[in-house]
Amino acid sequence: MPEVAELQPALEAVWTKPETLTETRMHYCPGCGHGVVHKLLMEVVDELGIRQDTIGVAPVGCSVFAYQYLDVDMQEAAHGRAAAVATGIKRVLPDKYVFSYQGDGDLAAIGTAETIHAANRGENILVLFINNGIYGMTGGQMAPTTLIGMKTSTTPEGRETATMGYPLKITELLAMLPGVYSVSRHAVYSPNTVRALKKAITKAFQYQKEKKGYCLIEVVSNCPSGWKMTPVESNKWLEKNMLPLYPLGDIKVEGTLVQPVQKKEGQHS
Amino acid sequence: MSEPLLMKGNEALAEAVIRAGCRAYFGYPITPQSEILEYLTAEARERGMVVLQVESELAAINMVYGAAGAGVRAMTSSSSPGISLMQEGLSYIASAELPCLVVNVNRGGPGLGTIQPSQGDYFQATKGGGHGDYRLLVLAPDSVQEMADFVFDGFDLADKYRNPVMILADGALGQMMEKVVFREYDPKDHETAKPWATTGKSGGRERNIITSLHIQPEKMEDINKHLQEKYRKMQTEVRYELIHTDDADIVLVAYGLAARICHSAVEMGRNKGLKLGLLRPKTLYPYPYDMVRELSAKVKGMHVVELNSGQMVEDVRLGVNGKVPVTFFGRMGGMIPSPEEVLASVEARIAQLHDEPREEQIYA
Repeated sequence: MPEVAELQPALEAVWTKPETLTETRMHYCPGCGHGVVHKLLMEVVDELGIRQDTIGVAPVGCSVFAYQYLDVDMQEAAHGRAAAVATGIKRVLPDKYVFSYQGDGDLAAIGTAETIHAANRGENILVLFINNGIYGMTGGQMAPTTLIGMKTSTTPEGRETATMGYPLKITELLAMLPGVYSVSRHAVYSPNTVRALKKAITKAFQYQKEKKGYCLIEVVSNCPSGWKMTPVESNKWLEKNMLPLYPLGDIKVEGTLVQPVQKKEGQHS
Repeated sequence: MSEPLLMKGNEALAEAVIRAGCRAYFGYPITPQSEILEYLTAEARERGMVVLQVESELAAINMVYGAAGAGVRAMTSSSSPGISLMQEGLSYIASAELPCLVVNVNRGGPGLGTIQPSQGDYFQATKGGGHGDYRLLVLAPDSVQEMADFVFDGFDLADKYRNPVMILADGALGQMMEKVVFREYDPKDHETAKPWATTGKSGGRERNIITSLHIQPEKMEDINKHLQEKYRKMQTEVRYELIHTDDADIVLVAYGLAARICHSAVEMGRNKGLKLGLLRPKTLYPYPYDMVRELSAKVKGMHVVELNSGQMVEDVRLGVNGKVPVTFFGRMGGMIPSPEEVLASVEARIAQLHDEPREEQIYA
């Protein structure tokens, strides 16, 4: 009779959690992109072996608790001030890796001034910008990046430009500033987009090590709860509606614009 | 000790900032304190300090948050409207218990107001200022010498209590030139261990988190209890100056520039045979309530003089607790009373004491 152990070949580990992700159960809604971006960010920190040299800044918004999940030193910033807090850290610890992780409301509404001036000074930081076109944390209100016609709790008839203005393409706006070194737009709704984002994060940390300056990565993400869709529906909706206005890809590579930052409007639904 | 130097208040303060080992200054220009930013900018490179002119006072105070959280001595300076913009950040800093120095060279308000000296920010400085239950340690200089001295004391107190410290000066103290001597001060002797700072998670320690968010009310109440306990401990730091109070019938209470004017008025009154004294709080938080109480037991009345409509007078009344009449004289909006004007207000007050001892208000 063979031993039981021989009948059960050792299981092969095909997935592990990055060491720098804590065991804390995430509060994000099912299907939300935040969890994926957190994991990628920490995978890169692990792979580059820079946990002891990395300091993150969490904003106000859904990712206000990011520091509960990312096992690196973190500072939680006031709403919109992540770029200023990151500047304060980086200026006194110039050899450390500093990133901020901000949503659209934080980065492109209440924090617009801090965002633009940190970029314009060429602060040598990485800004991860999660754009889901909605205020998730406060219950689904209009964000600066909300699409025209998109329904939110404060645009129940859909966003109309006459009174609410246009979706703010802050990433393109920032890309034009000479202090900005690298700008790209990514997503996490498919294996390919996830892989591309991970590469971009890795590159951004390398640029920071080489003191190249300000790097911005926008992640066009979903908000199943705020959009009132299932996770699968939200990803399909994202691809169909968000990406035409917020197309994926490089916008500025090593200080050079590679995409026209002003397209003719009217390409969005 | 340095040689005596003749310096502007703002510049003496800035020089002290460098000598105190401050590593980072973030600021936005506003009269009457822009010399601080200018002086530090000129000196920064050679003397190894980060000095950054930034886009707003909001950005400045949040950069102080970041730098202080990273474990270095950090500061900003501004004047009244700019300090109003910083109140949100100060609340976060107080809650996250980050040591830092904030200088307010007070100008006349409310609103955009005037660039002339004022003490209209007393409430804002001493009663919290932003949202929530918190306090700053508040130091009130009355000379260029103290503009420098209180920088050293301010950073030491900030580190000792992990609490923001405010120097509450005014436009006159910032702009006037006087003799100043810098104390011997080696920042290395004053370094405090900051194991909580976000310098990178290394050496097997837990990650450090700087935050003011505690979503569970039980936890948030614990944080509040801890802060209140700290503020109770801070009461031992109370500082004040007494002038001619031993035999005084009437004690004037004033701080900063108003105290200097009162000092002259007290001497003038003494020359006329009036038994006047002066209590000058150097710390506005913690406030010298005990000394106010002690004095109120042996004088006929207290007379508070401020460059506002009557703010500190409320704290004097708390200390006196009804024992003797408390009267007030103030000028507002950037106007500075002369010593003669102050003395006249005291004399009017004495006349009143004989006629109607409980009449409590005298306004300019």
